[in-house]
Amino acid sequence: MTELAIEATGLTKSFAETRALDGVDLAARRGSVLAVLGPNGAGKTTAVRILATLLRADAGSARVNGFDVRKQPDKVRESIGLTGQFASVDEDLTGTQNLVMIGQLLDLPRRAARQRADELLAWFDLTQAAHKVAKNYSGGMRRRLDLAASLVGRPQVIFLDEPTTGLDPAKREDMWDVVRSLVSDGSTVLLTTQYLEEADALADEITVMDHGRVIAHDTPHGLKRVVGGQRLTVRPADPARHDDLLDVLRGIGGEHPEDDGRGTVTVRVAGDEVLPDVVARLRAAGIAVDEFSLHLPSLDEVFFTLTGTRSRDDNQEALV
Amino acid sequence: MKKRFSLRHALVLCKRNLIKLTRTPEQLIDVTLQPIIFLALFLFVFGGAISHGSRHDYLQFLLPGLIGQTIAMSSISIGQNMNADIAKGVFDRFRSLPIGRSVPLVGAVLADFFRYLLLCVIMVGFGYILGFRITTSPLLLLAALGISICFALSFAWVSLWVGMTVRTAGAVQGVMFLLIFPLSFGSNAFVQASTMPGWLQAFVNVNPLSHLVSAVRGLLLGGPVAAQIGWTFAWIIGLLVVFFPLAMRGYIRRT
Repeated sequence: MTELAIEATGLTKSFAETRALDGVDLAARRGSVLAVLGPNGAGKTTAVRILATLLRADAGSARVNGFDVRKQPDKVRESIGLTGQFASVDEDLTGTQNLVMIGQLLDLPRRAARQRADELLAWFDLTQAAHKVAKNYSGGMRRRLDLAASLVGRPQVIFLDEPTTGLDPAKREDMWDVVRSLVSDGSTVLLTTQYLEEADALADEITVMDHGRVIAHDTPHGLKRVVGGQRLTVRPADPARHDDLLDVLRGIGGEHPEDDGRGTVTVRVAGDEVLPDVVARLRAAGIAVDEFSLHLPSLDEVFFTLTGTRSRDDNQEALV
Repeated sequence: MKKRFSLRHALVLCKRNLIKLTRTPEQLIDVTLQPIIFLALFLFVFGGAISHGSRHDYLQFLLPGLIGQTIAMSSISIGQNMNADIAKGVFDRFRSLPIGRSVPLVGAVLADFFRYLLLCVIMVGFGYILGFRITTSPLLLLAALGISICFALSFAWVSLWVGMTVRTAGAVQGVMFLLIFPLSFGSNAFVQASTMPGWLQAFVNVNPLSHLVSAVRGLLLGGPVAAQIGWTFAWIIGLLVVFFPLAMRGYIRRT
């Protein structure tokens, strides 16, 4: 058995005129989380579909759980769980019916399928809705049922295609907890996302994709170092204090101030250790704020940094 | 190693289709109201003109014909439904499971068995109310319904193939109508072939629906049936051999 649960090299796939994947390499160690980060149209979903045997690559090879996706698709299918944008549940069936159906398709005896369904519904806090038709589920419940459906067979490798897109922040955190507990049980997770924050919260390694290519592969820490730590966004209560605010932010080492034109200023900072200092200085300068937040760079900023600094030597290590 | 087809898996998905049917019972209109409307329409509107008087005689002649025609018409829905169904996410989930590739389609066809059974029961039941009488035996009635349903389940693969091939559910209906109208009216379902011009008789005599209708007529009303039953089964097998692989190919290519 190989050490890698997911291993793809040189995946290429074209649809009509568009090249969805152009030589993509992916690798995830057993028991780890690999986040594939990229905007819409980057090729994330296509890559997942190939790994899950739903699509055939034009070129390249891939192994999932040690099995070749092209030559041993059924072995791969026995190893994986798939959830997200495309693989979902039957809207006309209840939660229980959906999960029992999948259990029976996985050759569980009726009673065992039933038991597994109840277990998963309880875990995902859907017991109350077990006998409701999935059509009437809320967005968050629907996602949880989708995820439950992909876990019926206790898969060793789990693909989550944008599992939290469209979920509110609280639901997103719940989903993250689920992913963490899956990994602690020994599963390998490949998740695609448009949020660096999500990748940072969950992933052991991050592969960044754009236009069907891998443009970076690193640990969250390494990637953040490349894209420049975190962002501090501040909006003064009094727009007239804008320039004073800029002085304060420069004073704590905030780089590349960006102004959104409505008085909100964003600077790059090394990390959260600057926060007490900023607060103290703002108070000393008597600047009241309406907004004050520390966050990771947005996907746009990550891309700008990665694609705009390709030639700089100190970033080469982050580029594949 | 390829995962082989399992009847148990197909039955699981058959059950799924039946549950879906109970959620939208209006999907049963084509096998419940349609046979009633067609029977009443042909008997009372055209019956007098066609039979020159004896409406009862025409009912005896018409009912087996209408079984053939409504079976063909009711096959449209499986292609339509699967065309729409396959675009939904749950089919990607089926594809990601270690089950035989044909399982989702076979499951849908198995579920259609119940629709066709309903159709036959309603057709014969309503016919009975209007005065239709079997002149053979109840056992042969069962044989007639059996052969009709076998034909229906085979013909369903034509609809599935169209459903897997054309883009929209509406187009499935359009294509199937183009196919079913000449087949059902260019047959001996409504009038004797002997009243038609020679070239048309030639078509009517090889039309699979004609063979089915003749077989059902013979089983319900008497007369020689062996040859017609043989031809009907030949068509049942022929349609399966051609359209099962075509439908499967369409399904696999569709992503």
